[in-house]
Amino acid sequence: MSAAVRIALTVNGAPREAEAEPRVHLCDFLRHGLGLTGTHMGCEHGVCGACTVLLDGESVRSCLTLAVQARGRSVTTIEGVARPDGTLHPIQEALAASHGLQCGYCTPGVVMTLIELERELAGRPADEATVRRALAGNLCRCTGYQGIVDAALSVLNAAAQEAAQ
Amino acid sequence: MTAAQPKERWFGQAVRRLEDDALLRGKGRFVDDIHLPGLRHAAFLRSPHAHARLGAIDVADAEALPGVMRVLTYKDLRPLLTCDRIPLAMPSGAIRFDVDPFVLARDEVCHVGEPIALVIAESRHVAEDALGLIAVDFAPLPAIVDPRDGLKAGAPQARTDCPDNLVAKMSAAYGDVDGAFASAAHVVAQDFHLHKGGGHSIEPRGLLARYDAGEDLLTVWDSTQMPHQAKRVLVRALGLSEHQVRVVAPDVGGGFGPKFVFHPEELAVAAAAMLTGAPIKWIEDRFENFMSTVQERDQYWSVEAACDGEGRLLGIRGTLVHDHGAYTPYGVALPYNSATNLIGPYVLPSYRLDIALGLTNLIPTTPTRGAGRPQGTFVMERLLDRLAAKLGLDRAEIRRRNLIQPQQMPYDSGLKTRDGGAMVYDSGDYPQCMARALACAGWEDFPARRAAARAQGRFLGIGLANYVEGSGRGPFESASVRIGPSGKVTVTTGAAAQGQGTVTMLAQLVADALGVRPDEITVIAGDTAASPLGLGAFASRQAVTAGNAAHQAAGEVRAKILKVASGWLEADPQDLELTAGRVHVTGVPGRGRTLGEVAAALAGLPGFALPPGTPPGLSAAVDYQPKGMTYCNGTHVAEVEVDPATFTVTVTRYVVVHDCGRLINPMMVDGQVIGGVVHGLSSALYELMAYGADGQPLTCTYADYLIATADTAPRIEVHHMESPSPLNPLGVKGAGESGTIAALAVIASAVEDALKPFDVTICELPVTPARLFALMPREGQI
Amino acid sequence: MKPAPFAYHAPATKAEALGLLARLDDARVLAGGQSLLPMMNLRLAGPTNLIDLNGIAELSGIRRAGDALVIEAMTRQRAAERSELVREHCPLLAEAMAHVGFQQTRNRGTVGGSIAHMDPTAELPVVACALDAVLTVESAAGGRQFPIAELAQGYLMTQIAPDEMLVRIALPLWPKGHGFAFEEVTRRGETFSVVCVAALARLDGAGAFARLALAIGGLGAAPVRLQAMEAALVGARADAEAFAAAGAAAGALEADEAPFAPPDFKRHLAGVLTQRALARAAGRARRASS
Repeated sequence: MSAAVRIALTVNGAPREAEAEPRVHLCDFLRHGLGLTGTHMGCEHGVCGACTVLLDGESVRSCLTLAVQARGRSVTTIEGVARPDGTLHPIQEALAASHGLQCGYCTPGVVMTLIELERELAGRPADEATVRRALAGNLCRCTGYQGIVDAALSVLNAAAQEAAQ
Repeated sequence: MTAAQPKERWFGQAVRRLEDDALLRGKGRFVDDIHLPGLRHAAFLRSPHAHARLGAIDVADAEALPGVMRVLTYKDLRPLLTCDRIPLAMPSGAIRFDVDPFVLARDEVCHVGEPIALVIAESRHVAEDALGLIAVDFAPLPAIVDPRDGLKAGAPQARTDCPDNLVAKMSAAYGDVDGAFASAAHVVAQDFHLHKGGGHSIEPRGLLARYDAGEDLLTVWDSTQMPHQAKRVLVRALGLSEHQVRVVAPDVGGGFGPKFVFHPEELAVAAAAMLTGAPIKWIEDRFENFMSTVQERDQYWSVEAACDGEGRLLGIRGTLVHDHGAYTPYGVALPYNSATNLIGPYVLPSYRLDIALGLTNLIPTTPTRGAGRPQGTFVMERLLDRLAAKLGLDRAEIRRRNLIQPQQMPYDSGLKTRDGGAMVYDSGDYPQCMARALACAGWEDFPARRAAARAQGRFLGIGLANYVEGSGRGPFESASVRIGPSGKVTVTTGAAAQGQGTVTMLAQLVADALGVRPDEITVIAGDTAASPLGLGAFASRQAVTAGNAAHQAAGEVRAKILKVASGWLEADPQDLELTAGRVHVTGVPGRGRTLGEVAAALAGLPGFALPPGTPPGLSAAVDYQPKGMTYCNGTHVAEVEVDPATFTVTVTRYVVVHDCGRLINPMMVDGQVIGGVVHGLSSALYELMAYGADGQPLTCTYADYLIATADTAPRIEVHHMESPSPLNPLGVKGAGESGTIAALAVIASAVEDALKPFDVTICELPVTPARLFALMPREGQI
Repeated sequence: MKPAPFAYHAPATKAEALGLLARLDDARVLAGGQSLLPMMNLRLAGPTNLIDLNGIAELSGIRRAGDALVIEAMTRQRAAERSELVREHCPLLAEAMAHVGFQQTRNRGTVGGSIAHMDPTAELPVVACALDAVLTVESAAGGRQFPIAELAQGYLMTQIAPDEMLVRIALPLWPKGHGFAFEEVTRRGETFSVVCVAALARLDGAGAFARLALAIGGLGAAPVRLQAMEAALVGARADAEAFAAAGAAAGALEADEAPFAPPDFKRHLAGVLTQRALARAAGRARRASS
């Protein structure tokens, strides 16, 4: 066992702090160190994408990032996605409307990937191939992806339409 | 205010799921999300050998590691158990010997990954550190990796505690098949090697067990499809009584079959919690999932089909060797489903399949989504393609000539279901289903599309497949509907959900009966403390079994409400209606009472009489027993493009016409079908659990074992027919697995069609680029 | 799947990192971690000391230096993917980058990490090989440079010594108007390649090859260049016959056995992809010069 270190960071806009060994990855730290169990672990080797969170705004595998590496940085998890008043984020809303989740286990990672995609597109319209490619790193065994893709397209292209007006 | 409000009806509506809000916010409650004070973490030492005799196990160094609480082996746990092996066996006349697993390996390990010892520590990290400090003496034994090898004379034993490697020998047969072949105009013969992928729920298995000595209660939160079954095994193996064990399936991150099966870890962790008094959590990691969770794997078919001069089937006969793995936790169901599902929607006058189930030194095989049916369907559909080619018929035409006609319904297939009942198709219009699929997919126009693509140097192919799925298997499922003085409606059920939307489905059904909105109903599924009896999720059954149970229970509660209210309101029950949580005179919303008032009256007051003629309580419980299985059906048509130089297969179009009777929630049925199709495509194109000749697994990460991704899955176009099942009041059939069933066959048909110029025959799954390359004639390459 | 314990070091400067490398036993540097951390989670790697380079600002950056594009080793793959400099001067790298891992791993993974890891199925070493990248490695004792062709010493083994680390990759630039193409075959959409090919081509005024480079990955431990064929094709017309000749040369290379990719299949893919990549690169060069 190596000594635990103090890890202070910002999570979902609020300062958080806890101790963890350096070998603890960010996913375990968020889930068991900070009690934010919305981020899920599916493969722990960086392929399934269930553990995807935003680190300083960029999507990363939290199973392939050490908690100590997040010291002083800003992490966004699924718990921080809904609006402060509790309203679902449009991507969350669209996932429900398009039946883009079933068991819901991969969903937090999917939401994080789509939030990054939405930000990167910055209002430009998205075609289906772009969305599917962006989601290539999020495995879902329930939905066949179609509901997820439809949800993403509805949100991304709604933004584009508004921007065009 | 006399205008009657339009009566809401939830059955048939694409109701937004009640499950979604919490899941979308990260507020789901999966087993690893549950934390208890004093929690300890478990890790398993697993066999590195496919087959070995187990010698001394030295745990001293591991137990001495700071942070380690205990290291347990079979010897430590056996005193807590009533039996040497975990009692799992499923009855079957065909099985020659049951091989139930041990809680931890006793004196022999029979597959890589078999659990040998259990470390309990303050963290999973430390528990894994300790695994490396356990010393085990192994004496390696020969391993059987291919079941055909194991069935040869003189083959080594896959297990030294079994007489040989033949787990079961059985036949699916009816009619005079040899006579049919003797009189046939055409015969085709083919060998098939079918590999089907595993379950691969994104949440692996896991459980948390707590024994509360004060309450004398063992509570197990288990990521299972079958909480009641898990409880039954725990009660029996631990020698407890039913009231001492509660199993809860919290949110479960996908099932797909493997979580049906009770695995040794579930007993080991529960027993360890009782032994140590500490709550213990074990979360399977993905590496373990590849090495210890039950799988579907290999089948070797050798079959021939006979038809008359017009292409009408006369008979099919052959053999099937099934890789059964090292234990028998699920009886013979998997290959039996394959065998009986072969006939599909076709008139097959005679049939005989001789099936041998061979032990291997690999993980046990049990059903994953589709449960052996995709393989049977694959064989039938491939044989029909072969016959069509031989007779020069269009692939659709030969199917048209063989489909069961609607006027033949109900249709007795001649086979038995695995519980011994007659396999009788209850309803459906198979010819119309196929015709609609062909029309939607533009089957007739395909040659023009193919020619246009060929002119650009591209190779397109089209394939089709029909299938039938026996769904809604019994013997029963439970549901109770209860309204308390609060007016709140609670449904409890023995059904268990892993993403299917069971909560929403049941709420819709109950909402219709009680005049409340689905989101006002609480559904508790998967908790043995809430439902004394239950089974769970398998065989695409819960809409049929739990759905009808809840429907019937809600109907009984409704009748009771009407009875009480008709006395109070001095109105005939027929003149009353239930809306918005009230019972009132039709058209006069003001003249009524709330459901809470009715429930309060029936809850009783000390010394006061209940409403006349009514027993106490506003609740009803129904254990619905289906009369027989309901058979859903469908047709899939797929168009693919194959790069004949790199052998990359792209699915460009996929049409499904699906008939599962009446649709309770079309959005959720579409979700089941689409998810099932992609699961099937994944198995058809990518999924390969590979083993070395020594039984070592070669594909234990998602970089090696590939499952379909968003960028490779096509858009699936789903159309519905609704042939109600006559066997249940709701007229519903199962939908959970059916999407998977035809996908393997349709992909093979389409890829073969695309590579027609090269005369490639596809008899093996998955259809990988390397396999296609090997099939190509060397001189024909581009 | 939890890593074994290790001592964690987070130097703020390159000098500090090199000092730690010199001093510590059984140390590994942690770049983006997208290959090392999975191996540590699986306990296939378990260094006693982990030196995290992520806090060292001087190890990141892309700049033009004379006739080369210089990429500091810790530059994120995503930064390279989006870099205007890369797109302008080294479009081959930009094209290949989209095939590297997933968006989420490119956000964290580094250019140097991928090259130093030298996974036989990785895309970046192949691109670097086609470009004749020059690598700079440093230790506390000093630095040295060598061409990427000299990097690999076997599967996942390189000549970077335990006390050294890769700090910089210099990609000699091809002049404006060159053509490029990256081709790969995977077993499924976005995943590791089975075989991948990077091609660069420059045409003369008559439509003949003035210069070309062909690098093939996936056949063995390290990417290979088709040097003899490249030399033979200079001066030849960039036509189907030339592309086929290149393909035939690639198809005749040695290939190792790999899971799910038998050598004859890999050789076949090498031939097909080389032909395609060269044709596409030549087409781009032709359009650029017309």
